Amino acid sequence: MEFIEEYRDKKIVGALAESIRKRSVHDIVLMEVCGGHTMAVHKFGIKELLPSTIRLLSGPGCPVCVSGTGFIDSAIRLAGIPGNIIATYGDLVRVPGSSSTLEKERAEGADIRVVYSVLDSIRIAHENPDHHIVFLGIGFETTAPATAAAILKARTEGLTNFSVLSSHKIMPPVMESLIDEGVKIDGYIAPGHVSAITGVEMYRNIAEKYRMGVVVSGFEPVDILQTILMLVSQFEDHDPKVEIQYRRVVKPKGNPIARELIGKVFITGDDWWRGIGMIPGSGLKIRPEFSSYDAERRFDLPHIPNKEPAGCICGEVLKGLKTPLDCGLFSAICTPVQPVGACMVSAEGTCATYYRYRKTA
Amino acid sequence: MKMNGNILLHHGSGGLMMQNLIHDLFLANFDNRFIRSLTDSAILPGKPGRIAFTTDGFVVDPVFFPGGNIGKLAVCGTVNDLAVSGAVPLFLSVSFIIEEGFPLSDLETIVKSMASEAKKARVLIVTGDTKVVPKGKADKIFITTSGIGHVEQEYEGISHARKVRPGDLVLVNGTIGDHGMTILNARESLRFSSRLESDCACLNGMIRKMLKGSPGIGFMRDATRGGLAGVLCELAGKTGLGIEINEENIPVREEVNGMCELLGFDPLHVANEGKIILVAAERYGKKILEIMKKDKQGKTSAIIGKITEGHKGKVLLNTTSGGKRWIDIPTGEQLPRIC
Amino acid sequence: MCLGIPAKIISLEGDLARVSIGGVEYTASISLLDDIRVGDFVIVHAGFAIEKVDPLEAMETMRLVQEIEAQSRKND
Repeated sequence: MEFIEEYRDKKIVGALAESIRKRSVHDIVLMEVCGGHTMAVHKFGIKELLPSTIRLLSGPGCPVCVSGTGFIDSAIRLAGIPGNIIATYGDLVRVPGSSSTLEKERAEGADIRVVYSVLDSIRIAHENPDHHIVFLGIGFETTAPATAAAILKARTEGLTNFSVLSSHKIMPPVMESLIDEGVKIDGYIAPGHVSAITGVEMYRNIAEKYRMGVVVSGFEPVDILQTILMLVSQFEDHDPKVEIQYRRVVKPKGNPIARELIGKVFITGDDWWRGIGMIPGSGLKIRPEFSSYDAERRFDLPHIPNKEPAGCICGEVLKGLKTPLDCGLFSAICTPVQPVGACMVSAEGTCATYYRYRKTA
Repeated sequence: MKMNGNILLHHGSGGLMMQNLIHDLFLANFDNRFIRSLTDSAILPGKPGRIAFTTDGFVVDPVFFPGGNIGKLAVCGTVNDLAVSGAVPLFLSVSFIIEEGFPLSDLETIVKSMASEAKKARVLIVTGDTKVVPKGKADKIFITTSGIGHVEQEYEGISHARKVRPGDLVLVNGTIGDHGMTILNARESLRFSSRLESDCACLNGMIRKMLKGSPGIGFMRDATRGGLAGVLCELAGKTGLGIEINEENIPVREEVNGMCELLGFDPLHVANEGKIILVAAERYGKKILEIMKKDKQGKTSAIIGKITEGHKGKVLLNTTSGGKRWIDIPTGEQLPRIC
Repeated sequence: MCLGIPAKIISLEGDLARVSIGGVEYTASISLLDDIRVGDFVIVHAGFAIEKVDPLEAMETMRLVQEIEAQSRKND
């Protein structure tokens, strides 16, 4: 597959790993904030290639995992309304709400369908004029333009049996919030596809305010290792800045068409991140002029509070302050099959990974 | 005589309609002296030695998919369960639970398919049952099969992996993930088009050639649900030994890779219906590989790794990029990811 | 948060494009991009092409890392 295989080349990967080993003298903490990066690091066995000076943290980069219980409970409530069909991206069905999951509700008879693209839910709406389709809008700046495009398409087509429950979130507030809360990070491996949409200007503030490197990375092993080399070099040279490693996809100004769509349909607001809490200005809400496509307004949903399960310390695990072994729920109550917190919901979350290592011995 | 019309409740009620169905469809296609006798039990010839006995239920949706259908799956799945246990598959039973309204022409296609696979595998379908349930009480058609085979003494230990030792080689008979991705694409209306087909096939012919052609096979299992990863993790757990696999040696079709990349799936966890994982003593590995490659069901066979002393009970993957990671048991069905 | 794969545009139809990844074809929306041509590579995420892959930049990245690899070989 083009533009993939050459970035997995063993020799190049080996050479980059060696360069990192030579360059990295001082202890450095790097954080990636992208589920795609978390998965890639695991899939390609990247951590094993790094020297002991480098500590790689997995931050809250998986929009599925940081969806709060309030959002899931709202989705379940909507699923319970006769005539409603819920369309969702796949992995959301396992995320626990305060008492159930979408998967469990489906087993009880709710019409909940997994879609690959938001456009599939528009198609379902056309095919089922007697039903109302609610699309669960999750994802960061990479995915929000698709939802925006779908809402505009629905309006153009005069579709009235479609709406979106938005839990879209944006990255920069959480990236700042983590550091403000005292998480020690020396450099950010910045999300590649979020940045393809947003451009990199939004990272300059972080780089300058916190004097730390931010390098936008691709998703193949060569990309991630080159990014780490760049961050390590910046760190050793005391030269923190914003750089783009993923130049074949990310332009400094990003994708203006996509950004315009986001701005047209969404407005920023406060949002809840599972395991972290409320972060001001971190969520994308549907603008009032599109209220007929906003499931929250359309169905007059009451505000359902977000609950962090008692005993869950995902917040501290996500920040690298505690390990899963410090958590009383870990493996006794919270397991990959019955996850409680964000770190276990994601197959590559810190807790899910710890659990796998612990199980085999 | 192409059947038309739909299955009705009467077809399962023991009366004339059911008798006609049995004669015109099942006996006509599963034709052999045992089933023709239509006794409550098939009385079968015995042989000295051990009997292998297996059962399985088939509920696949969609019922028809590129590369096969639920009937073909049922025969191949049961034949393979017997063959990987070292048995020669001999006799099958088939039980149908059919939803009222299911098209008879579809049932005919399924039955003909089963007859064809049974003939290829040289097994006889000797007894069966039919039930029809009211509309909505079953999803189109469910098939349950049982199979009997004969096991020679020297092959009795194969399922138990008792002879597996460090240094043994791990082999697979071809590309992984074909079946699971074919079904997913057909079922979830993901709207990917490709020439991908299920790899559903009876493997007893190839397995027989392997067993007769060389000593040294210490373990075999078919890699159905849970995929390659499921079998390897189970084997590591069972033996308490370590397994080391080289990603670059695992045969995967480009289309499977493409679809898995798009959805965020791991091909190692995707179901197969015509693939076995086996362990062979090192000095016989190459010979067994050659035997497999000569068979239609093993053309893209490969040695993918080995059994090790180290990391007991765990399965290590050497990735194509030079990194290492553990292969783990899938927790459940894979779901398309966005992150 | 970004599962996105490089896919080749094989045909265009208004807001949609037929793309190919390893022999698998899919119809993706190109409403987030302009100036797309057959033969271009795009990143497909959740059914949408979100950005083009720039082959010149790709070559430049490859050149840089291949230089590192060559240097490493020399040092062995």
